[in-house]
Amino acid sequence: MNFEAIKAIYVFEMSRFFRTLMQSFISPVISTSLYFVVFGTAIGSRIESVEGISYGAFIVPGLIMLSVMTQATANASFGIYFPKFMGTIYELLSAPVSFFEIVVGYVGAAATKALFIGTVIFVTAHFFVDLPVAHPMAMVAFLLLTCLSFALLGFIIGIWAQNFEQLQLIPLLVITPLVFLGGSFYSVSMLPPIWQTVTMFNPVVYLISGFRWAFFGTADVPIAVSLFAIALFTGACLMVIWWIFKTGYRIKS
Amino acid sequence: MASILSVSDVNKVFEGGHEALKSVSLEIEEGEILALLGPNGAGKTTLISIICGMVNPTGGSVRVGGHDIIDDFREARRLIGLVPQEINLEPFERVLNTVRFSRGLFGKRRDDAKLETILRQLSLWDKKDARIKELSGGMKRRVLIAKALSHEPRILFLDEPTAGVDVELRKDMWQIVRQLKEDGVTIILTTHYIEEAEAIADRVGVISKGEILLIKEKDALMSQMGRKELEIELGAPLDAVPDALAHHALTLSEGGRSLIYSYDTAAERTGITTLLTDVAKAGLVTRDVSTRQSSLEDIFVGLVEDAG
Repeated sequence: MNFEAIKAIYVFEMSRFFRTLMQSFISPVISTSLYFVVFGTAIGSRIESVEGISYGAFIVPGLIMLSVMTQATANASFGIYFPKFMGTIYELLSAPVSFFEIVVGYVGAAATKALFIGTVIFVTAHFFVDLPVAHPMAMVAFLLLTCLSFALLGFIIGIWAQNFEQLQLIPLLVITPLVFLGGSFYSVSMLPPIWQTVTMFNPVVYLISGFRWAFFGTADVPIAVSLFAIALFTGACLMVIWWIFKTGYRIKS
Repeated sequence: MASILSVSDVNKVFEGGHEALKSVSLEIEEGEILALLGPNGAGKTTLISIICGMVNPTGGSVRVGGHDIIDDFREARRLIGLVPQEINLEPFERVLNTVRFSRGLFGKRRDDAKLETILRQLSLWDKKDARIKELSGGMKRRVLIAKALSHEPRILFLDEPTAGVDVELRKDMWQIVRQLKEDGVTIILTTHYIEEAEAIADRVGVISKGEILLIKEKDALMSQMGRKELEIELGAPLDAVPDALAHHALTLSEGGRSLIYSYDTAAERTGITTLLTDVAKAGLVTRDVSTRQSSLEDIFVGLVEDAG
């Protein structure tokens, strides 16, 4: 195992993040505050509670998931797409590095960045609402798994994308709608029965539900199902990445 | 000398059917500078890309320092440094950081003292904290070399190292290459500048349309294949080669001031003595006599044209 290479990729990627630390830090703080002002105060004042939880607190897990999923995907996809775009990927391909080590370096860095942003939102939320955490270990585990699995997805997108438009396509057209429709700002039980059934085809529902369970002890779907869903998603991403590197898809002729 | 790189029967057919390499075989000796000459699209970069692991060969095998590039890719790649043709660098990175990154990728522990030596050798040390985008084109090429040398490779590939650079920088690069050879690095460079191969290579390989046409010691190649020209400058211009000299296969220079005689240096008899005697007998006044060795370029053009 080439640990030095993993470290080199990780440190190089993180230095890109630290170069823009203020934007990385301020951006999630401002957007979270805006969500609290709009949803928590303006709309939330008309909603007493959801499943016994104040609406302001209820939306926190969804807000964290929204940022973590989009950031993990965006960072990982950009991380591997940029060397392709600049042509610097020749270094990765000609170095004594296995594909597994490349993935660990890039996905690890993207997951770390997403985790940092998720933590910033978690802390910011405490300035607006009382936020109990019923199952801290489960919360951390869900957060880590989400960071990891969506960074894997981002890595796949970064390999697949052939231009910046494609790089934005899936995050904008697929991930963001799925997260918004995945119960970030509402409980699935608030939907009409037909939409409750439809929404169960949205994989993000299981992640948000599990994460919310870690906070409040209540969930739209059983926690075991949520865990199974995220494990399945992570496994599927790993399989696709294994195939990419086995075939050299869009990186090696 | 021992062979450090062995390419056996390598071929490459790209998707779409283009055959970029056709059964290429070559042996590179440790410590030598081999210049691989060839026109654009000859297969030079494809060959380097296969050896370095960026392109999969369709067939054949490559061993670097005795290690197969596929079965034992880690050990093989550790020995190789690659300077690509294009200036592929992240513009916002700082020089030292990007060189450090390259060293780490090759599994070497951070060693800033070593990197300082490399950067000083390439006159980059005072630019170590500069961002890549702030550097001139020549400096960027040096950064690429520094990255390739950061893990102390035994073989360095330079893919068209002086393409599009000015004469001064080109000579600078040649000096760097000579220095690296003195340090014991084996160098394989691709170029389509004959002058470059002539100036720095120990051996010259000619590749065209995916085939190696020849590989020879540069000096031996020039003496073996090189032809010389004898120019006899005349006292008075001629309109045509006199009939008395017709059997010497002479050509008349523009303006008729000189007779040009082409001969093979390797031949037992060059025919020069007879020619000079016949010139005198023909009543021509000789003002001067000079010879000229045909350049590597003439040889190269001849080979590629023959192959075409």
